[in-house]
Amino acid sequence: MELTGLFFFLVGFLIMGGIYAVLCIALNIQWGMGGLFNAGIAGFFAVGAYASAIATTAFSEKHLGGFGLPIPIGLLAAAAVAGVAGWAVAKICVRLRSDYLAMASIGIAEILRLVIVNEEWITNGSLGISGIPRPFDGWVQGRPADLIFLATVWIVVLIAYLISERLHDSPWGRTLRAIRDNEDAARAAGKDVEWLKLQTFVIGAALMGVAGGLSAHYFKFLSPSATEPLLVTFLVWVMLMAGGSGNNRGAIAGGLGIWAIWSFTEIFTNRLPPEWATRSSYIRMLLIGLILQFVLQRYRSGLIPEKSPPVRFKD
Amino acid sequence: MTAVLSIRKLTAGYGGVPIIEDVDLEVEAETVSVIIGPNGAGKSTLLKSICSLTVIGSGSVFFRGDNITGIPTARLVPKGIAAVPQSRNVFATLTVAENLDVGTYATPFVDRSRAEEQVLALFPDLKAKLAQPAGELSGGQRQMVAIGRALMSEPKLLLLDEPTAGLSPAYLEKIFDLILAIRQTGVTILMVEQNARQALSIADQGHVLVNGRNFISGTGHELLANDNVRRSFLGGGQAA
Amino acid sequence: MIDFINFYLIPALTLGSIYALGAVGISMIFGILRFAHFAHGDVMTIGAYGTLTAVWFIPLPPLLLLPFGIGLAIASALAVDYFFYKPLRKLPTIYTVISSFGVALIFRSLAQILWSAENQVFVRGVTAPIILFDTFRISALHAQAIVITALIAVALHLFLTRSRTGRSMRAVADDPELASVAGLDTENVIRWTWIIGASLAAIAGVFAGLDTDVHPNLGWNLLLPMFAATILGGIGKPMGAMAGGIIIGLAEEISTYNWIGEESLISPSYKTAVGFFIMVVLLIFRPQGLFKGRLM
Repeated sequence: MELTGLFFFLVGFLIMGGIYAVLCIALNIQWGMGGLFNAGIAGFFAVGAYASAIATTAFSEKHLGGFGLPIPIGLLAAAAVAGVAGWAVAKICVRLRSDYLAMASIGIAEILRLVIVNEEWITNGSLGISGIPRPFDGWVQGRPADLIFLATVWIVVLIAYLISERLHDSPWGRTLRAIRDNEDAARAAGKDVEWLKLQTFVIGAALMGVAGGLSAHYFKFLSPSATEPLLVTFLVWVMLMAGGSGNNRGAIAGGLGIWAIWSFTEIFTNRLPPEWATRSSYIRMLLIGLILQFVLQRYRSGLIPEKSPPVRFKD
Repeated sequence: MTAVLSIRKLTAGYGGVPIIEDVDLEVEAETVSVIIGPNGAGKSTLLKSICSLTVIGSGSVFFRGDNITGIPTARLVPKGIAAVPQSRNVFATLTVAENLDVGTYATPFVDRSRAEEQVLALFPDLKAKLAQPAGELSGGQRQMVAIGRALMSEPKLLLLDEPTAGLSPAYLEKIFDLILAIRQTGVTILMVEQNARQALSIADQGHVLVNGRNFISGTGHELLANDNVRRSFLGGGQAA
Repeated sequence: MIDFINFYLIPALTLGSIYALGAVGISMIFGILRFAHFAHGDVMTIGAYGTLTAVWFIPLPPLLLLPFGIGLAIASALAVDYFFYKPLRKLPTIYTVISSFGVALIFRSLAQILWSAENQVFVRGVTAPIILFDTFRISALHAQAIVITALIAVALHLFLTRSRTGRSMRAVADDPELASVAGLDTENVIRWTWIIGASLAAIAGVFAGLDTDVHPNLGWNLLLPMFAATILGGIGKPMGAMAGGIIIGLAEEISTYNWIGEESLISPSYKTAVGFFIMVVLLIFRPQGLFKGRLM
């Protein structure tokens, strides 16, 4: 029995790890390829989650829905809605300096959260949407269903990975890299920098929406506080930094690695004496915050091209 | 007598290819030394290297016997070196009075009111502008504030990077007269200049830099009379 | 009209004062260290908790125990700068921004661990408001907040224009390289930036905690409007940031007044979005703010 328990713990771990991997790939497109500092990841995640939930749930008086569409359509809806949201955000922010872009993207994520909480006719507010379907809902339930979902998630990870790799190796990707290295030169060479950055942001946002959709279908329930918004955004940033090299494999590795630290520390903090156990999630957040500082100081290589002057001169 | 400033085999740049290589330069006390040369010769880089604003590959800079190669930039003023960069050389959002005041903060041993008196004596035009933000002044007046700020610390060595850049001919004369007046007060001056002919005419020593290396050095008169120098940098014609 | 003043204007000025005090620090840090300090709200939270702890042990009114909160906030800010921000100073500022996100999380987690995630109050019970001229009702807290902030504004202005440190700070904000060339001690200026920023943040945090209650997200929730205030006032213009804070506070509170008919103009649940909305408009159309700050 212990072994099956452990096995299904791993299944759960890999499911969430996969969802975070999608988020990391998405952020890598925005930041690693496009140089755009998106601090509002949670917003696109949430929008995608609600879009997929609304598209796939049965009719309810409490919220918008009743379309009962199959899950793949739900996920596409998630991508579309999040993509549109990303387009709107990027239109406003893409010309801004990183600090400002961070502020604006956080603000927009906050506004999206306010809309989700307050426009109850769409989302049922803080009470949330329940009964969100799983793939093959009619045929499989319980633990085997988790296995099927695991496969679903990692198929999406694969798709996201392939999309991102194709983009990276294409002329489009090369132009983006040129922009990252020297924006003014690229602009002078006639590249429409804003349009390219916009596309980058939208594609990343769409993928983040898909991740949100996956999350909604996994938990079968969705509410504004389901994932602490800050945690989603922050963890993904730490994951991408830790994964290091700014490429897609690094993104996935960082996602799984940090998620492992996050999950496994939960095992330890659950064994703490009761009065510390309530604070366990905060202890873990503190740990992640410290890990970020460590990674920034020691392991940030490759994340952005650093123009540090060499000590010696070329001969 | 040891030189006030002694630069030995200095190689420096901004990372990548060095801009100046193996440059030697000596500046005697209470003299005006001028560095001239074509654009891109590394003249400003040389001054900036004294101020530790570049990456120094090799070589050394000595000031009154102390090795100051690469010391933190802010330590220069307390040591007695004041620099006036070519552009962005005043605090635009601070008033003229505040700009001058700031020049004394690193040298608490200097008598502030005496320094201000001397600076305003050199630049009487500034008296009327003390309460104006420095950014609102004309180019020539800003230059006066910049040099004034540097003088407030009563430096032993004054570094000037193209003090006449962008100034009208009227100010040009003024600046060169001013430099001589400053030397009279016992300050040593090392300056980079584009107006080679006029600069050399007031210079005790001149150094020509080409492609980041020493080309020729000599007194101001010697260089003005030198055919090579005349042809290449002074626009030909007869010696002044 | 009286209702407007009592229930909208005065609270607006109070909220504006809180924003103003926080925004000053953000503006200074922006101007001198050249990055957006995302942990500034949490410095406010630390200041509030520090004062709260003192209140538990010393039977004095919270405002008199401000020095404890200020002390803790300053210590925290200096520590965080030394261990986390300083090592990244020579790199592109985006790293420091990311680090400040981390610091924000660290502060918030520490608050939740050390003081618990529950809401806490400074003073139990309700205090009677001050009544002026038989018509105006102002809570003592609001009066204190507004007056103290006004006094701080005057003191700040004098500090920045008359004192050596103040002028050095303005010089470094204006041109850090020239400041070094002129011999100014940049590290000292940075130290004072944190000291002043943290002190004012602590005061703002205590006012906010007194006005509502103290909880770990106290400062973080106020961060966006404070950024908006900073941009409104012009980056690197501390006095502008104070004005910006007041304006944003007014905009937020007054936007829910029933200007047209019976309903409030903007649903109160979207109140916090007002400041943000203003910020986005500014960033698009006038990033230098009202007082022509640096564009960065």
